[in-house]
Parts: sequence; C-alpha cells; structure tokens
Amino acid sequence: MKRRSLFLNTTATMGFIFLYAPMIALVVYSFNKSKLVTVWGGWSLKWYGELFRNDQIIDAALLSFKIAFISASVAVVLGTMAGFVLSRFSRSRGKMILSGWISAPLVMPEVITGLSLLLLFVAMESAFGWPAGRGTITIIIAHVTFCMAYVAVIVQSRLSQMDETLEEAAMDLGAKPSSLFFLVTLPLIMPAVISGWLLSFTLSLDDLVIASFVSGPGNSTLPMVIFSKVRLGVSPEVNALATLMILVVAIGVIAAMWQMRRQAKLLERQE
Amino acid sequence: MSIQTGSAWVDGSGSRLAKYNFFKRVNWGRVSVFSVPTLWLAIFFFIPFLVVFKISLSETAIAVPPYTALLDWNAEDAYLSLKLNLGNYLFLFEDSFYIDAYLSSIKIAAVSTFFTLLIAFPIAYLMARSKPSTRALLLSLVILPFWTSFLLRVYAWMGFLKKNGLVNEFLMSTGIIDQPLIMLQTDFAVYIGIVYTYLPFMVLPLYSALEKMDMTLLEAAEDLGARPATSFFLITVPLAVPGIIAGCVLVFIPAVGEFVIPSLLGGSDTLMIGRVLWDEFFLNRDWPMASAVAIVMLIVLVLPIMLIRNSQGKEETV
Repeated sequence: MKRRSLFLNTTATMGFIFLYAPMIALVVYSFNKSKLVTVWGGWSLKWYGELFRNDQIIDAALLSFKIAFISASVAVVLGTMAGFVLSRFSRSRGKMILSGWISAPLVMPEVITGLSLLLLFVAMESAFGWPAGRGTITIIIAHVTFCMAYVAVIVQSRLSQMDETLEEAAMDLGAKPSSLFFLVTLPLIMPAVISGWLLSFTLSLDDLVIASFVSGPGNSTLPMVIFSKVRLGVSPEVNALATLMILVVAIGVIAAMWQMRRQAKLLERQE
Repeated sequence: MSIQTGSAWVDGSGSRLAKYNFFKRVNWGRVSVFSVPTLWLAIFFFIPFLVVFKISLSETAIAVPPYTALLDWNAEDAYLSLKLNLGNYLFLFEDSFYIDAYLSSIKIAAVSTFFTLLIAFPIAYLMARSKPSTRALLLSLVILPFWTSFLLRVYAWMGFLKKNGLVNEFLMSTGIIDQPLIMLQTDFAVYIGIVYTYLPFMVLPLYSALEKMDMTLLEAAEDLGARPATSFFLITVPLAVPGIIAGCVLVFIPAVGEFVIPSLLGGSDTLMIGRVLWDEFFLNRDWPMASAVAIVMLIVLVLPIMLIRNSQGKEETV
C-alpha cells in the first residue's frame, strides 16, 4: 500500500507542476527588465508602466469589463430561471427541450457558436433591420447565451442538493410562489448564484472566438487585442497584464479556499 | 390554504416540490419562468443552426451579405423558385484538404483527450482519497487555472516552449540536449496546449465519480487477496466510468473545434477544422462554405453529444 501511494503522490505532484509551471514563469518574466523576453535583465516594473500607458489595451479592457458586467448580470437572471425549471418543475416535453438546449452550449465548439450567431444577426438585420450593424450589443447577446448555460448548471446542482423542508414549511404556512422564491429559495441558493455570476464574468472577459465573429469594426475586446499582439510572438506587456489577472483570480480563489477549508475542518471535528 | 399531507407533494418527478401548484388556474409566474430562458435559447441558440444550414445551401456572392438567396420570387411570371446549392458539400468531399482537416482534428482531439485522462486520473484519485481540508486545498488548486484567462494560459506556453524558451534552456543547462528542440509551432505543442487548458474539465467529473466510491470494496478485494493493481483495474476504473465518459466528452468535443490553441502553438501545417472554418470565414469571406464546414462538424460531433446526454439522463433517473 505504501509504495502505491508514493507513486500516486508523485504522478499527482507532476500533474500540479504541469498546471502551474508556465503560469509561474509568466509571472516571473513580467518583472524582467530586458525587452528580450528570454534574457533575464534584472527586476523591473517597466512593463507595468508600459501597460498602463497603452491606450489600445486600456480601451479594450474597459469595453471588455462593460460587456462582461452586463452579460453576467443578464445571464445570472436567465440561468437561475432555467436552473430552477430544471430542478423544480415536473417532467414535461418543454423541460426536456430546455434541458437539451441548455447543456449544448457548454460543449459546442466556439467557432460554430460564433458563426451561427453572426449569421443569425445578419439574417435578422436584413429581415427586421435590427440589430443595425454589429457591436457591443451583439457581443452581449452572444455572451449571455453561453454564460446562462453555466449558471443554470451551477444553480440546478445547488437546488438538487438542497434541503427542501424549508421551502415546504413556507408553502405550508401559505407563502405565495413569488414570496416563497424571493424570501426562501433565492437566499438559500445565493452562493450558487454569486459563483454563477463570477464565472460568467470571467468567461465573458476571456472570450476571443465568439466575440471575433459577432463584433463589428472598431469594437475590439481585450482578448482580441491580446490575440493580435501575441500572434506575432511573446510580448512583455501581455506578461504584465497576465500577471495582474492571475493575481486578482488568485486572491479570490484563496479567499474562497480559506472559507471552504474552515468549513471542512468543522466537519472533520464533528466526525 | 390548508395544511397538506406529505404525500400531496409527491408527483413522481423526483422532486417533492416539483409543482408549485397553488393555483389551479394558469400561473403566469410559472409560465414566464419557463418560457423566458427557453425562448432566449430558441432564438439565440437553436434558430441560428437553421440559419447556418440554410446558408450552407447558398452560393457566395459579391454582395452584402455575401451569399445568394435560396428563394427567388419573380413577380412578372408569378414564379417562385427554390435554388439549393449542394456544391459546398460536394466540394467538402472532393477536396481532400477538408477530409484531412476533419480527420486530423479528430486525431489530435482523441490523443489529447487520452493524455488528459492519464494526467487527470491521479490528481482526481488523490483528491478523492484525502481528508476534507486537504481536499478543499487540492480542489482550489485545480480550479484556479480555470478562472484565469484561457488565452493567457495558452500564451504562457509560447514563452515556455519556444526555441530559446525555458524548457530548452533547462534541458541544455542540464546537458540532456545540446541543440534546442523545436517544440513551438508543432503538433506536439498543440497536444500540450489542449491537455493543459482542458485538464480541469477532466479532473472535476472524475473526482465527483471517485468521491462517491465505496472504499470498503477495495478493502474486501484486498482481504480476498487481490493485488492493488488488480483491484484498481477491476473495481476503481469500472466505478469511475461515468466520470471518465463525462470528462472525455467535455474535453474531446471542444478540442475538435479548437481554434486558439492550433493558431498560437501549432505550425502552419497543423491542420484543424476550427482553423479551416475561421480562415474560410475571415480570410476567404466564403460564408456558405464556412457554414457547410460547420454543419459537417456538428454531424461529426453529434455522437459524443448524444453520449453525454444519455449518461446525464441516467443520472437523473437514479
């Protein structure tokens, strides 16, 4: 038994090294003074300065944040509704259709989603004159569509794990469906709704392929700018940008982990 | 409202709350909770596929939008003609370039899925076997990369794999090689990129399958004299099958249509269908051809999609 667990630990550790080594290298090299990305020229914050003076990157980042914020907020509402239907409504043909449509965007290759949405927008424009041209609004619609699928999955799994007795008690006491949902169910699934929003925000912020299809000229989101820069090779400014993004995510995940660990410790003590 | 007995809630759908059936008349709240997301998906997810199919049957034209109409109404003769162009599909099968691209995408996706499984299994197994507090730590270590930008994670490998990158520097300084290896812009880099970016998608379903496993089965097998390797392949692996299927589908399908990884890490000869579709659309501006490529890709992917839907359906009935 001992030998097998050594083998297991070694392979799992190698897996984690594989996951983290490139990111750590990227962070370290973002502080490199030298323009040549592989030659170490000493520590420097030069590329962070360059990053904040680069208007193209800043404008694209602001546009991306705006799109991500709106998309995540709409996706959370629609996704929560869908997740609620999937776990709390009785089986019906309509529910089967919804459950098929909601899981498909999760695995659909992005090039297909992007192309199909663009062709829809073009067809709609020639039929009804809306959306006139493509830009922020078409990117938001596209992002809502795939983000709501993630929210629905998260909310559905939270609802199906949840203890239903509180909802039953509220019903027995005569709560109306709307007050039952907003006063009992929603507060109980709030952690899932929040993580659905955060996940939607990051997915929207990160999307290159779908946004490239459905955006119009002059609407470059952050991933599009990054892609056009790194296509030509490694760029120290992008290293600095990546480091900032990793830092923000790491703080968030470490905070969540600390919370989870505390709960797990409590559980261990109870056992 | 009178107090109801417990059995009144049971309606055979699995959830005792399945019907918020307070009102006998039409419940508009209920109807809108169902119809708003369903309509959204119908308009922005389902109908677009019909549009893609329609356009794949048209011809390119120098116009805005750059394709011909299928229906043609001639008012003078009151003559309505329907013109379906199968040429795009015929061309897909005549030109070996497209078939090669499909086959090579499937090969690259399948090989990467296999290696993802190989790397993810020990991680998921270790997670499922650890104490809850260690488990939380490992789980967040797996999830953290998932929250960081996909594009930037692929980009991180560019600096890692290039000719004077860290991997080559390391191997040269230890004397294992004396010439830098060409790794960037090869299929090898594409494999690495796919395995790397999709690893969490494999670990999480595997972990949830392994976590549910009854450990006493392994003890029983050991008592009966099974060697660890035997009980691993005869007990652990079969019990992990639902997780393996889910993880493989979650990695394989998006990997087939991957665009970012082959275009940043692959060489000009790395043939993947997502890249072909992108080039048809953005470089050749041949929208009907790009649509035909997408429709055939969908047909190729229908089988694995059905697989995951079936396994989900089973879970629901359990």
